[in-house]
Amino acid sequence: MKEYEIIVGLETHIQLNTETKIFCACKADSWEAEPNTNVCPVCTGQPGVLPRLNAEAVQKGALLAAAMHAEINPCSIFDRKHYFYPDLPKGFQITQLFEPIGKGGYLDLYMPDGEIKRVRINKMHLEEDAGKTKLEHGQRMVDLNRGGVPLVEMVTEPDLRSGEEAAQYLSQLRELLRWIGVSEADMERGHLRCDANVSIREKGSTAFNTKTEIKNVNSIDSVRQAITQEAKRQIELVESGGKVEQYTLDWDADTGKLSMMRSKEGEADYRYFREPDLQPVILSNAEIEAIKASLPELPYARRRRFVEEYQLSAYDAEVLTSERGLSDYFEEAVALYAKEPKTISNWMMNDMIRLMNDTGKSAKGLVLKPAALVEIVKLIDDGKINAATGKSLLVKVEQTGKSPATIVEEESLGLIADADSLRKQIETILAGAPNEVAAYRGGKETLMGWFVGQVMRATRGKADPKLTREILLELLKD
Amino acid sequence: MRYTQLSANEIAQKVQAGELKASDMLDASLAQIRAVDGDFGSLDGQATDPETDKKVHAFISLTEEMARAQAQAVDAKVANGEDAGLLAGVPVSIKDIFALENTVTTAASRMLHNYRAPYTASAVQKLMDAGALIVGKVNLDEFTFGSSNESSAYQPASNNPWNTAHVPGGSSGGSAAAVAAEETPLSLGTDTGGSIRQPAAFCGVVGLKPSYGRISRYGLIAFASSLDCPGPLSRNVEDAALMLQVMAGADERDESSATLPVPNYLEALQQDVKGMRIGLSPDYAGIAYPNHKTGEFEIIPVQEEIKQATLDAAEQLARQGAEIIENVPMPHTRYGIPVYFVVSRIEASSNLNRMDGVKYGFTVADARDLQDLYKRTRTEGFGPQPKLRILMGAYLSAASKKVNYYQLASQVRGMIRRDFELAFEPKGAYQLDALLTPTTPTTAFKRAEVFGDSVLMQYADQMTVSVNHAGLPAITVPAGLDNKNLPIGIQFIANHFREDIVLRAAHAYEQSTLDAVWRKVRPMALQEVN
Ligand SMILES: [Zn+2]
Repeated sequence: MKEYEIIVGLETHIQLNTETKIFCACKADSWEAEPNTNVCPVCTGQPGVLPRLNAEAVQKGALLAAAMHAEINPCSIFDRKHYFYPDLPKGFQITQLFEPIGKGGYLDLYMPDGEIKRVRINKMHLEEDAGKTKLEHGQRMVDLNRGGVPLVEMVTEPDLRSGEEAAQYLSQLRELLRWIGVSEADMERGHLRCDANVSIREKGSTAFNTKTEIKNVNSIDSVRQAITQEAKRQIELVESGGKVEQYTLDWDADTGKLSMMRSKEGEADYRYFREPDLQPVILSNAEIEAIKASLPELPYARRRRFVEEYQLSAYDAEVLTSERGLSDYFEEAVALYAKEPKTISNWMMNDMIRLMNDTGKSAKGLVLKPAALVEIVKLIDDGKINAATGKSLLVKVEQTGKSPATIVEEESLGLIADADSLRKQIETILAGAPNEVAAYRGGKETLMGWFVGQVMRATRGKADPKLTREILLELLKD
Repeated sequence: MRYTQLSANEIAQKVQAGELKASDMLDASLAQIRAVDGDFGSLDGQATDPETDKKVHAFISLTEEMARAQAQAVDAKVANGEDAGLLAGVPVSIKDIFALENTVTTAASRMLHNYRAPYTASAVQKLMDAGALIVGKVNLDEFTFGSSNESSAYQPASNNPWNTAHVPGGSSGGSAAAVAAEETPLSLGTDTGGSIRQPAAFCGVVGLKPSYGRISRYGLIAFASSLDCPGPLSRNVEDAALMLQVMAGADERDESSATLPVPNYLEALQQDVKGMRIGLSPDYAGIAYPNHKTGEFEIIPVQEEIKQATLDAAEQLARQGAEIIENVPMPHTRYGIPVYFVVSRIEASSNLNRMDGVKYGFTVADARDLQDLYKRTRTEGFGPQPKLRILMGAYLSAASKKVNYYQLASQVRGMIRRDFELAFEPKGAYQLDALLTPTTPTTAFKRAEVFGDSVLMQYADQMTVSVNHAGLPAITVPAGLDNKNLPIGIQFIANHFREDIVLRAAHAYEQSTLDAVWRKVRPMALQEVN
């Protein structure tokens, strides 16, 4: 058998997380809304209505273009793409063909083996989402809630070489979208949808052969499996003397099977022409520069910096940069307590992540702000409370919103660091244990641990351990 | 004088002053409609009235209940001493191409025969907010596709009140007929290639096409989105100014609506035309009709009486101190119609894509599957004009075409616009304030005379269409009657957003001809009833 190379290009549809739809005032998010309740004359395509462009969609589309290293178009233009389908109320989709929001660009994939793989972007434009149709009791039902949600369609060059690479692309794209805050990128909710173009060629060849298009590969596992499976099918077909035909295939995630949807011979004529109801989208140089400047440090750059700047392990750096809010939280805390990035990292990696998991909140959503975390760490470092108290304080601050110091005060959680009052308590304990005192003084110095334990029990753990030991040594000397 | 002969401005002032009740005005308007209109247009309409050929048939439907409530609200405001608006108590008819919430908005097509709009067009809302009484919806060519009203799916379609054997023009034929027949003093029309001005000229009324973007298009069922303009039809220039005043201005629902401040148009009328530079162009002396065998243009001169009326108007204005500049070249005027064929057909075919039988309007009851639903809904729902335009639009915008016709036509539009720029250029050779032209090459033609020849019908718009390509304001104003007692219209065109100038020029001409003999002649449809 010859050696084959798999050629993959991905077409992604990214729902932008804007407040409203792209051309009307309806909410963009209608998750779990009853069908056709989040609609208006504009997004249901009533006769006589006009679209009105949502500036937030342009901003987010341009920010994504910047994150993809694409050129932001200073004058992008909307076009009409015509076809008939019940989920498309106007009979055309408003999209961008000739002058899209972004031109060119790439995404650098950081592969598990440490390699960096550059995936070039062929097309990136703004458009409106269609509604949904489904069959119910033998009837085709239309729900237009989703119609008009802003989308970025982004198509890669055929730069990917395996199902695994495609999965990496999708996973890192998802991370990027969330990181820069332009999409929730929840694949289960359809925020990020993917079609894959797959072809094969003999290793060493530079030709592009007939490709098939796999629709609805809407999870990272699906992308990996479907592409791997389709490439295998094509190789077996070619090996047995067959020829790959230009099919559209449907991926069924439940059964893990590909099925033929239709052969794709004649291209549909979409009769594109410029949307006369919308003005060109003009972005000044200053606006483009402002968009670029608002682009946050991207995850991989931040990961590298965390290792270098804070001497974190690669693993810790990766966990702490898995989500932008989490890494921001960490850096804010470190800024308040600069000498101990490693300590803060340990708290983040263990107790803070546990707290977030338990409460179901993101770092940003916590009541416990970085300043409060630092305050707790400092209380421990200064010997004002012990570590166990510190951990319990995290939960208490999160629940009550009070400052750590207030809670320590109110619940008397502080270590007893007052030498006089501690001395009195220790004197009482020693007076109640004459045998042990005698034994100690007789040379059984290992009893020191027992004495400390007694003090801790009497003070319910709040005695400052260092001070306790000093006073005991002094009183037992006699 | 009968209430229905009052101008809109007179009505509003009388109503505001408590001299006339809005409810009485409404009754007068409805009585006039009953007297002159005859059977309203209806789907598969059959005339029941033996006199039907003498009737106007401007209306498709009345919105009497709504108008009644609006009249009561106006009367209550006046009684309370509140401002009842610039159009207090003025009956207005609406071309049935504007969405009006909870009323059937048909576009004169079977396709929308049962379509109840869930919202109201911005222009209509502004009229209502100004105290107008919306009495009903008037007929038009199906989806505004025509220049005679005959293509309406709602028959009988409107007749010309001046001679009911003639067409009222189109597509705002119902509007022009309703105003000429004194059914409503104002009507809201739309103008894509001349659809306000041509019927206004045919029916002897004033029709104003404002600059593109001066009045919001929101709620106007689109024909050609880059050309469509809502605008007033009225019996005098002052009323057109008044109605424009109410409807003009930015609308956040229409990105193409202009944010420029709206001047006081009524005040502009107070100014005379002294020193105004008004141009005449040889390129408006005839229709340039391409011979598709030779590729050459043949020039068919405009009707002699219309040419004469235009020159007489120039003379009138010169006597009032205007400067007349002759021989202003407008060489790209002849491409107006061919370019219009491309732009308007492509946009129309796209805009009609939403009529698919899925969401609203006409649907075949027994579709076998989705394709069958689409095909039969559109086959049975659309009349011949929409079908022709869909076919031509689809043909012209097909991806298989080597030429991007839309882009090419847009470039020629730029050349047409350039003609006007040169004419209006303040430091240019002509320095015009306005261009004076005939509105139409002929007066109203007879029913069935042109209908059926879609190309010839389209060429009826050659005098008006360039203005749409350039997005400029233009007004038509009555300028006499021909030897068959059919009205003649002349047109003033000005630079972008200079509605004030066309209104001023038209007003000056109108005021100077108030005593003309032809102004005493009443439309045929009114002679018997009043
Ligand atoms: Zn909406």
